Amino acid sequence: MAALVVRLSCLGKRWVLACIDGGSRHGRGAAIGLTSRRKRGQSSVAQQPLIAVQKSRKGEREWAAVVGLEIHAQISSNSKLFSGSQVHFAAPPNSLVSFFDASLPGTLPVLNRRCVEAAVMTGLALNCRINKKSLFDRKHYFYADLPAGYQITQQRLPIAVNGCLAYSVSVGKKPSQVSTRTVRIKQIQLEQDSGKSLHDEPRSQTLIDLNRAGVGLLEVVLEPDMSCGEEAASAVRELQLILQALGTSQANMAEGQLRVDANISVHHPGEPLGVRTEVKNLNSARFLAKAIDFEIKRQIHELENGRKILNETRSFDDKLGCTMPMRDKEGKQDYRFMPEPNLPPLLLYDTASLPPGADPQQVINIDWIRERLPELPGKTREKLIQQYGMLPEHSFTLLNEVGLLEFFQNVIKETRAEPKKVTSWVLNIFLGFLKQQNLAVNESPVTPSALAELLNLLDRKAISSSAARQVFEELWRSKGKTPSQIVSEKKLELMQDQEALERVCHTVMEGHPQVGVEGRRKAMHFSAC
Amino acid sequence: MWARAVKLGLRSWVGWRRGFTSKADPQRSGRVTAEVIEHLERLALVDFGSQEAVARLEKAIAFADRLRAVDTDGVEPMESVLEDRCLYLRSDNVVEGNCAEELLQNAHRVVEEYFVAPPGNISLPKQDEQEPFSHI
Repeated sequence: MAALVVRLSCLGKRWVLACIDGGSRHGRGAAIGLTSRRKRGQSSVAQQPLIAVQKSRKGEREWAAVVGLEIHAQISSNSKLFSGSQVHFAAPPNSLVSFFDASLPGTLPVLNRRCVEAAVMTGLALNCRINKKSLFDRKHYFYADLPAGYQITQQRLPIAVNGCLAYSVSVGKKPSQVSTRTVRIKQIQLEQDSGKSLHDEPRSQTLIDLNRAGVGLLEVVLEPDMSCGEEAASAVRELQLILQALGTSQANMAEGQLRVDANISVHHPGEPLGVRTEVKNLNSARFLAKAIDFEIKRQIHELENGRKILNETRSFDDKLGCTMPMRDKEGKQDYRFMPEPNLPPLLLYDTASLPPGADPQQVINIDWIRERLPELPGKTREKLIQQYGMLPEHSFTLLNEVGLLEFFQNVIKETRAEPKKVTSWVLNIFLGFLKQQNLAVNESPVTPSALAELLNLLDRKAISSSAARQVFEELWRSKGKTPSQIVSEKKLELMQDQEALERVCHTVMEGHPQVGVEGRRKAMHFSAC
Repeated sequence: MWARAVKLGLRSWVGWRRGFTSKADPQRSGRVTAEVIEHLERLALVDFGSQEAVARLEKAIAFADRLRAVDTDGVEPMESVLEDRCLYLRSDNVVEGNCAEELLQNAHRVVEEYFVAPPGNISLPKQDEQEPFSHI
């Protein structure tokens, strides 16, 4: 999944702001931007306005879209946030549920240390200020998968605030044209997950599985600094990589470990922000961008036709490719927040403020955690660029594809070939084959050792480039054979013997007397290479 | 005046126990309006049921309002009565769970180890949609 390769649809919007002339009316989308850009010969992407602008079909004033995100990431821990039952993806229904999770009377929440550490690590990685004192609250609403009738969250004073996340978007047709954006992080808070409901429409009932109820979540609230689906998807992808690098969440959207809700509104630049809608339960990166872009277009369409936008909650129907209002949302929800009476404030320390003689198990030292933060994706990319001289966009692709970086590093370890050659082979040929057959890196029939061996042969000039490609194709098709075996089987070795080569060329030329001097010269040149 | 009283009598309550709402009297402060009662009933799924209950609520609010007499200038608000306690941190070990059978015994209906609930949230009927009732 190379999310950063998404280019066209959002581009156009950005460029219109740079070339507002009322001249080109191509409707929304890529067509405007690229055409205008070509007309004006603009190649620099230096001044990028933060808001994207859409030109309307009727040639009215431009629209700007504003997108904010609320991301819920399931904390990677053994047990739940406030109870000792297990956190596990697939298990028999209601088997990972304690009395507290089922909200039986007489049970009390007990905070999981690992979840607090995960929140602090994530806050530090996202440049947040960690609140040394944070508080827990109850958020009340009724739903069958929330047995207590409230969710314990951190509304008043969350654990981390005011951070930022840097991500990259494509701003041109060429892969090298990427621009770094940042989105501000409003806050990160710890909260409980709810159970799972399975709707059984025919029998008019809902089946409830509480295995997920009480699992620790990190809610990361991103300020509305984004302006289209592509930016949102890139920001989410970068957050995913950071969470995975930290180990705080596996952030797998398909398994529901990362869920995104988007708040979207449109307005004319210079005017106040419009009414926003919330699009919930976006469970895949692909649908995230689609849903946001659809909702932006829908809102513009509604407003241009004189209708109003309702402050409502919508969900994305991926089959129809559109957002629809959700049932069950009666007007604005009143959550009746109140402090969680069973939990004292959460106090965190740093080296300076650590109480002497404190039980290490009972205190959390922010400095200690900061010193042990794993390497973040941004740093990894920097190192790749410096160490192997690769282009920035290559470093992005390497990190974006699951398992590709490890594959690349394993090949580098076992080969004498130049890093640039390895980069090119891994990103172009290897990745190309994977994408063609829709395989993940760990499903590849070619191992890093095999590719390393092949590149060694190429490096030694034992085979030519084109022969190497043939060998690669054969490696892909038939498991178990080594490159050397394939080379000898198919007789792809380059002839090293100069004299033998000359003899071959002479034979060829004699066989084709009609070939002129030019032809002979070329033949001799070929043999010398 | 009498017609108004009749109109008041026709307003109805949510829930199967019938009651009487007291319309907000703008002259007397501290009265809880019918709209607020309805809102509270939806949010908390409680049933005020009778004028007596509403009166009790109003008295409780008046009682709590006496706090306003205290001068709190320059005093930090207390966030929790537990503020001087230590929040205990539990190690991340699995020590509970695996009691599906026990938990499901609590359920009214069960389908293959799932709890059964009605579909979605059932909307409470709006006050106007109720049949009119006389007060108890």
